[in-house]
This record gives sequence, structure tokens and C-alpha cells, in this order.
Amino acid sequence: MSSSSTSGCGKEDCGCVSRRTVMKGVGATLGAAAFARAIAPLTEWVDTLSVDEFLQRHYKELSLVDLKVVLRRLEKETKEQYGADVTISDTKPQEGVKFGYALNLSVCNGCRKCAEACHLENNHDRPSNQSYIRVFEMQKGSMDMEQGNAHYDKPVPQPDKFYMPVQCQQCEHPPCVDVCPVEATWKEPDGIVVVDYNWCIGCRYCEAACPYHARRFNWTKPVIPKEEINPNQGYLSNRIRPQGTMEKCTFCLHRTRNGRLPACLEACPTGARVFGNLLDPQSEIRWVLEHKRVFILKEDLGLKPQFFYFFDS
Amino acid sequence: MRSEPAVLHPVLIREPDGTPAVNSGMVDAQGKAVEIACVTCHATSTPNPQINRGDQLLKFHQGLHYAHGGLSCLSCHNASDYSSLHLADNRRIEFKDVMQLCGQCHGHQLESYKHGAHGGMNGHWDLTRGPRTRNTCTNCHDPHAPKFPLVQPIFPPRDRISVPLPEHPVQKTHELLPKNP
Repeated sequence: MSSSSTSGCGKEDCGCVSRRTVMKGVGATLGAAAFARAIAPLTEWVDTLSVDEFLQRHYKELSLVDLKVVLRRLEKETKEQYGADVTISDTKPQEGVKFGYALNLSVCNGCRKCAEACHLENNHDRPSNQSYIRVFEMQKGSMDMEQGNAHYDKPVPQPDKFYMPVQCQQCEHPPCVDVCPVEATWKEPDGIVVVDYNWCIGCRYCEAACPYHARRFNWTKPVIPKEEINPNQGYLSNRIRPQGTMEKCTFCLHRTRNGRLPACLEACPTGARVFGNLLDPQSEIRWVLEHKRVFILKEDLGLKPQFFYFFDS
Repeated sequence: MRSEPAVLHPVLIREPDGTPAVNSGMVDAQGKAVEIACVTCHATSTPNPQINRGDQLLKFHQGLHYAHGGLSCLSCHNASDYSSLHLADNRRIEFKDVMQLCGQCHGHQLESYKHGAHGGMNGHWDLTRGPRTRNTCTNCHDPHAPKFPLVQPIFPPRDRISVPLPEHPVQKTHELLPKNP
């Protein structure tokens, strides 16, 4: 084509449309339609997903100012959706602290008070009785968690059984972190594996990867009566999770990073739980590790948990 | 490591409250239970060292559930002063110092307790930032029957697979999965 004014048939000014023009038009129309189709799910989400949330950056890329804005926005959304006034903070890990947890299987009686305390502390969905702790009723003499029964409902303790509460073990080599395709979960300097609920895409790879069944998925939007909502919330821990995201035990980091004990420990009526700083040689947890018969659940997997089980000698 | 501040917050150990007393089963004008101090009766009654069960008595303490090894009442209760207890070497000890009494036989538990590995607590793991409150023996254990009684556990988990949620009928595919026992 030498001349710019020639059109489809090659003759000048004949008025017919070139193939190129037609293709451009068709392409543009199809492109617009495809784009509209691609973002259609977003239009259906508007009531649960704000534009701000959709555009929010990963937790690690948020500046302190950004984070403040996000926390205030989340508080506002909690007020709108649940009618409760909450304070969402983001306490950072302490220098020189690595959390460890130990549980005495000689005294645990399987009452599930820890699971209930977790349910209340961490603003879990009420209808599903959700909790980060699952207590397994185990046959004495066996250590196979897969044979344990988490749905027991008889008075405890039964004579031939022992009871093993299992929650996130905060592994040194967390497989859940390895498999996350969007890096929405990671291990913090104090050893806590956390989830950025606003970054999680809900693919549940981590749930499949966890050998301790420690991760939970929010199939539905959590239902909690507003008077039962715990107002002391942390961005990475117990703020109310959006639907379609994964969640897990964080050793109550909104409490423990402020020096307090986790809710499950305070609730335990048998005193089976010991919590503290693994890096402090004087801590209670270190005494347990040095003086008791300690074992690690599924030690053969080599994940190096920071959660230990022990027996009284 | 952080430099340790000079001040550590205290670790408070709960104490059994006041003088020991038994419930008379009656209520006063304010509706509070009337409690009777041990010495009210024991000042005039002669102790019988053979007795180690409530139902062997003619009055009072009949309903006392007792299951604590081969001990008798006077192994711990002080026959010369019922407002106190006594150690194995007969030294008088106050009710609030009960841990010292229990620790005579339960040394392993006492050792663990001293290292924070036995007994419930609340408050702070980090004493540089707040205090801690710990239970004493009798907060959790009935001294007359220290073994924990059977309790009904709190609600079990309701998994999506095993139990349908309200208004969320379980999908057909899930019915093929093994049911939890």
C-alpha cells in the first residue's frame, strides 16, 4: 500500500472499509468484552471486598503510615459488618525472644477448655465451633495422631485413653510457608508463623501441606454475635477473618508479644501448659526441655516444631 | 538480648482464704451461707485418729468424699489446734502454707511447680512487663480427693465434612467419605 488514502479494495476514495480496520474494531470489542468478563467476579464481591482492600499491598510492603490506614479501615469495616467497636493493633516481635510451648500429657484430661478459650479469644466462627486447637483422644500406648479421635463426647478422662491437644507447632521449617503460591504466610523473627488474611487467596495448599491439621479455612463469613467479639485484636492474629481465607494459631501473638500468656494456657484447669522464651536460659520452658521426658510430634518429618509434649517422670 | 531491667513484677501465689470452716447448710438474713469455724466443735470433741472417712462420723462431715491414699484425717489436720495443719514431724503449719504440706509427699510436683511447670497461672510470661498469679495446690485439687474428677468435655469441633453446618447442606461427594466415629 503506497498511499495512505487507499482503502479496502485498493482504489482511492471508493468508500469500502479495509480488513485491517475491521480487525481492529473486532479486536477492541472482544478485548473490552473479555476484560468485562474477567472482572465480573469482582462486581459480585462488592459487598464484602472494598476497593481499598483489593488494592492493599502485602503486609511486608506496607509502610507504618500505610499500616495505620489499613488498621483504621479494618476497624471501620468490623464496625459496619459486625457492629462492634474493636481495636486492631500490630505489635512487632521482640528482640531476643523466640516463643516455645510445652504441654504435659501426664496431666491433660481432655476437657477441651483450651479449645473453648481459643474459640472465644480468637473470634472464631460460632456455628462451626471453630478453634485452632484440636484435642485428640488417643489409645494409651499409641502415638499415632491419625488414629486419634477428636470428636469424643464422653466424660473425660477415660481409663484407657490419654488426651493430646494439637495446634500449630510453629515449625522451624514450615511446609505451609513453602507451598504458599502468593507468600501470604511466613515465619516471623520470634518464630510465629503468620498469615496476612488480606493477601491470602484461599487456595488451601497450606492446609494440605500441614501434617498437624493446624490450619483452618473460612468456608463462610464468620458469624459472631457482636457482644461476644473480643475487641483486643491483632492484624496478624485474631481480627475477624474474611471469608475464603486460611487461618491458624499464632500463640495469641496480640497477647504474647505484649508479655502476656496465651489464652489456652490461662484456661487450662490442669496446668498442663508451659509457655515462654526459648532463648532465655532461666525460662520455665527451658527448664521443662532440660528436665522432662520431652518428645516432638511427628519428629521424623524433620520440621523442628517449637511446640513440645512431655510426660512427668 | 535486651538488657534486663532492674525490676521484675511479682509472682503472686493464691492463698486459701481465711480460717477453715465448714458450711452449715443454713443461710443468714442476707442469704449468705453460714460457715462454722472448725474450732467451734473441735475445741470440745475428742479426736479419733482411726477415722479416715466422713461416713464413719456420727455428725458433720458425713458427705465428705475421701480418696487420698491411706491417710487419715489427723495425718494433716492438727488435733491440738484445728485452725491449723501439721507437717509429718508434727510442726504446726497454717492453712495458707498448704503447699509445704502437700510437697512432703508430692516432691516431684513441688519441684515442677517451683520451676513453673505445674499448676495453672494467669498474667504475664514476661515478668519484666507485668505480674503473674499462680494457683496453690488446693485451687485445683480437693485435698480430700486430689485426683481430678471425671468432667464432661466442652463442645467437639464441627467439621464441614462430618457435620453439616446450619443452612449449608453437605455436598453429595462428602457422603462417600468415612464418617468420624
